Amino acid sequence: MTDQLIIGGKTLPSRLFVGTGKYSSNDLIPEILKSSNASVITVALRRVNLDADSENILKFIPKGVQLLPNTSGARNAEEAIRIARLSRALGCGDWIKIEIINDNKYLLPDGYETIKATEILVKEGFTVLPYMSPDLSVARSLESVGASTVMPLGSPIGTNRGLETKELIRIIIEEIKIPVIVDAGIGKPSDACEAMEMGAAACLLNTAIASSNDPVLMAKAFGAAVSAGRTAYLAGLGERVKKAQASSPLTGFLNE
Amino acid sequence: MSFYDEYLRYKDFDIDEFNKRITDIDVERLLGKRNLNELDFLTLLSPRAESFLEDMAHISHSLTVQHFGKTILMYTPMYLANYCTNECIYCGFNKTNKLKRNQLSLEEVELEAKLISSKGIKHILILTGDARDISSVKYIRDCVLILKKYFHSISIEIYALEQDEYKSLIDAGVDSITIYQETYNEELYDTLHLSGPKKDYRFRLDAPERASKANIRNVNVGALLGLDDFQREAFLTGLHAKYIEEKFPNVDVSISMPRIRPSVGGFEPKIVVSDKNLVQFILASRLYINRAGITISTREDAEFRNNVISLGVTKMSADSNTSVGGHTHDDSETDTAQFDISDTRDLFEMCEDIKSLGYQPVLKDWDILD
Repeated sequence: MTDQLIIGGKTLPSRLFVGTGKYSSNDLIPEILKSSNASVITVALRRVNLDADSENILKFIPKGVQLLPNTSGARNAEEAIRIARLSRALGCGDWIKIEIINDNKYLLPDGYETIKATEILVKEGFTVLPYMSPDLSVARSLESVGASTVMPLGSPIGTNRGLETKELIRIIIEEIKIPVIVDAGIGKPSDACEAMEMGAAACLLNTAIASSNDPVLMAKAFGAAVSAGRTAYLAGLGERVKKAQASSPLTGFLNE
Repeated sequence: MSFYDEYLRYKDFDIDEFNKRITDIDVERLLGKRNLNELDFLTLLSPRAESFLEDMAHISHSLTVQHFGKTILMYTPMYLANYCTNECIYCGFNKTNKLKRNQLSLEEVELEAKLISSKGIKHILILTGDARDISSVKYIRDCVLILKKYFHSISIEIYALEQDEYKSLIDAGVDSITIYQETYNEELYDTLHLSGPKKDYRFRLDAPERASKANIRNVNVGALLGLDDFQREAFLTGLHAKYIEEKFPNVDVSISMPRIRPSVGGFEPKIVVSDKNLVQFILASRLYINRAGITISTREDAEFRNNVISLGVTKMSADSNTSVGGHTHDDSETDTAQFDISDTRDLFEMCEDIKSLGYQPVLKDWDILD
């Protein structure tokens, strides 16, 4: 049985996406990619420094790993669009993660501006992966304007709190046809595993790996968790019995 | 509504009396609390909380790694001019001080920019004195238009502006503003600023808010530590940062903690702010405003700066020189300085030290969006 994740026409070999922003050294990036078997890595374009090799994050990303530049720092659609175009001009490819935040306290994304930016960038030929709050109507709008995925947050960025928005993500997974990638808030491998068991197409995380004492080993754990969760989803989880077994059935009289 | 109203709420607040009532249990209770309020912050700045610095340090460290990663953003200050019309008794640029006055020509700005950016730094902080006729907004704007060819982020630390003036600099490419209130104590402020436009306490106090209304990205507030009671100044600085964060959610707020350094004029600080005080300020600020940037400049020495990297600091200056044109001129010509710096490491040495402490020095973290 083939179980492939295809985004923007590209078949991805794994369902783990990782970040780059918080490591103590860029030297960790290739090691984390290797130990986690991640297939996509997101990079804030604001951090891409082409002026110095030792500073250039792109130099640390092995061939074969899909680069996903993001619009971190954008406060509205216009800024996100400018960053996406800059990314393309710098040779970072056509994939773009839209991240539009005008709330620096909780870092929650702006759905309206995200939809606007997605619509325009899709028309410009970008493969757009928008980061969003798990809101079904925003997800539907993003799907209808041509987003390649939707990426709802599990809990606010950097909090490691896990799937606090679980029920809302479950609804999006049920209703949306494009891949649903849980992005942000995943704190433990078991959170990632749970998201995958629910039917998420992939998970994207950074802080949980970067803030670990041993990021490379933690990356390995996440790789295994995502894989296990996906396998469990494919196998079909046994339904938990939600019904009470009443000792005096309410409809027993029908059988009398 | 302005931060002045917040200031007035605490202006006559009896901090000594408040401190007397704080118990160890009060402090301990805060160490597990998720959202701290104003008085919680004041409690963490109290003498009683000094016995809990190690616990606070662990929390601050983990919050900082969580929100910022193991990274330190690097920037360099560049002095454009030192002409000044103010008489601030603690400052080397005080108009009555006998100091060589200078302002870089646009050609000199370009030379300095080339030299600094060639070393790898992409975030620049430009500074002037307060002389609107000479270091005009137009002059600063012209400098910004040159600097944006060499840098990816431009911050200003200049005299307080009107909102439309901030907008004109933001439109030119400025993304950050640093402006210190010096002291939040309004009466003391009046006695320290003898004459000049800076004497207007309210105009300066509201400057970060005007810049925020003009859609600046980053606002950095601070008090010059050593002018007034440490706890009160740290408290009001934190409240000011919180006020900006609450009112302008799309602005990134930062706190600086500058301690007074020796300068021409020989001002002696009234209050000694100890290393312990400064560490407590860093830790309490992180616990109070989890996402605030915290800047420690070359006013502090190399050893202290290395020690506080893991405590919550997120930004550091390197290669600093407080003289006009100091990056392209040799030391013998630098008699234009605002104050003496303590940490004389160059960018390379600083980056090596930061790496050896398990952190990544970040030289670029923005792109000017034209």
